[in-house]
Amino acid sequence: MKRHVAWAAMAVTFAASAAIAETAPMDVKFTDVGAVAESLTGQPGDAAKGAEVAATKSLGNCVACHKVSALDASFQGNVGPELNGAADRWDESQLRGIVVDAKHTFEGTVMPAMYKTGPFIRPGDGYTGKAAPADLPPILNARQVEDVVAFLMTLKEE
Amino acid sequence: ALSTAALHAEMADDELVINGDTPITVKAPAADHLEGHLDEVYSGWLFRTDETRAMEQDDFDNPIMIFAEQGQETWSTADGSEGKSCADCHGDISEGMKGVRASMPKVNEAGKLWSMEDYINDCRTNRMGAEAWGWDSTPMHNMTTAIAVESRGMPVSVKIDGDAQPFWEKGKEMYYTRYGQLELSCASCHEENYGNYIRADHLSQGQIQGFPVYRLKNAGVVSIHNRFKGCIRDTRAETYSPGSDEFRNLELYVASRGLGLDIEGGGVRP
Ligand code: HEC
Ligand code: HEC
Ligand code: HEC
Repeated sequence: MKRHVAWAAMAVTFAASAAIAETAPMDVKFTDVGAVAESLTGQPGDAAKGAEVAATKSLGNCVACHKVSALDASFQGNVGPELNGAADRWDESQLRGIVVDAKHTFEGTVMPAMYKTGPFIRPGDGYTGKAAPADLPPILNARQVEDVVAFLMTLKEE
Repeated sequence: ALSTAALHAEMADDELVINGDTPITVKAPAADHLEGHLDEVYSGWLFRTDETRAMEQDDFDNPIMIFAEQGQETWSTADGSEGKSCADCHGDISEGMKGVRASMPKVNEAGKLWSMEDYINDCRTNRMGAEAWGWDSTPMHNMTTAIAVESRGMPVSVKIDGDAQPFWEKGKEMYYTRYGQLELSCASCHEENYGNYIRADHLSQGQIQGFPVYRLKNAGVVSIHNRFKGCIRDTRAETYSPGSDEFRNLELYVASRGLGLDIEGGGVRP
């Protein structure tokens, strides 16, 4: 009985610390060049999962605008620059900043902020054309952002 | 961010002549009000594949002509409590509606900005005693297409000064507003990135002088406002409805970005 309670208490602390470790979209701090130093989850991301997030339309959909040779996705767009070699050009904190909200790195860019919940002008509920719910989630969650960052860190040419 | 040369590399170097006898201007110097935004304006036709462009060159291959023919039939069919047809008041469609599409949308006598659909429904309800057609209903698509055909090869002639100016200003503001969770404006895609690909979609300047268009994807006619609705929806935004005042204003502004181009009178798009 005593052991049971101890386990339960430990599980609660664990959950609480995990929740605290995750940085909410409103709380992300950018450096003056638009970088985000700390992992949003406090954990390293998973590059393989990040590749899937980047290539999937309903998730990051990065291939809509970027060509990434490492990804097996047809019809990669060219609204943004090719991402091959991105890790040679940027360090991890800068790439995280670009994925979270690229407007801090590139003023006025068309690249959408992946980890932002507002304010937006007439936010919608996904691609339905209807109004967004009050608690509109960011396009990617903290874990998915870290996975994409880990994937980007594998894009080296040098 | 991209050079002009790179943008144009992806556009067809082609001339549009419908049925071998009606040349259409699909490329022109931009209107003065676009200074600093665009140097030249292009029809969406130039951004389509060889096959799709070919369909618009010949009425036998253009699927929208079936809709236009149905609209022409309705033109001379009496309807409503007054027992009148469009032809009873406007005469032959080729005379009565010549150039009308090129001037739309425009401010009516009461000072309101009206699109083609509004003028048609005004005649139906107030002059014929007939029911209004839905903005995106089949009879409305048929009629707006039949009327558009009669302005083929005529230059866009929308009025944007005087009483039209306040509407135009509002439309312009919308054009540059970054909507939705993706925070994209019309300009993000159609001014900064025409010529580029967004996934498989080859971005044009988003001009409307080819409308109504036949979309191969839906196998049907698409109105101007319906296209706007889809584009705003695709920014993960709460969109507006066809027939809303917002879309009338936007229609006027977008039409004015096409000044210099000719009306195509039923385009074909993927
Ligand atoms: C709607 C278009 C769009 C989408 C979607 C998009 N980007 Fe971008 N991205 C851009 C543009 C445009 C730039 C160039 C920045 C500028 O100058 O505006 C850019 C720049 C970048 C850069 C810096 C480029 C370099 O190599 O120097 C990275 C990294 C990047 N994006 C990653 C991503 C990732 C990862 C995703 C998906 C999670 C994504 N982008 C989705 C448009 C987009
Ligand atoms: C009883 C007469 C009458 C009938 C029937 C009628 N109209 Fe009209 N229509 C008018 C008048 C009058 C005007 C306004 C005067 C003008 O600007 O030409 C007008 C204006 C229009 C306009 C705007 C033209 C412009 O250049 O501003 C369009 C488009 C139009 N009608 C379409 C139709 C269609 C389509 C039908 C049938 C479904 C129809 N009308 C039936 C009398 C009629
Ligand atoms: C996320 C990118 C994006 C945004 C933002 C966007 N559009 Fe589009 N639009 C497209 C794509 C893709 C197409 C289909 C290919 C083409 O013609 O450009 C298109 C097509 C069009 C067309 C049809 C052109 C033709 O010749 O058939 C019009 C008109 C248009 N858009 C207007 C607008 C207006 C007005 C806005 C702003 C309210 C807007 N678009 C915002 C992506 C966008």
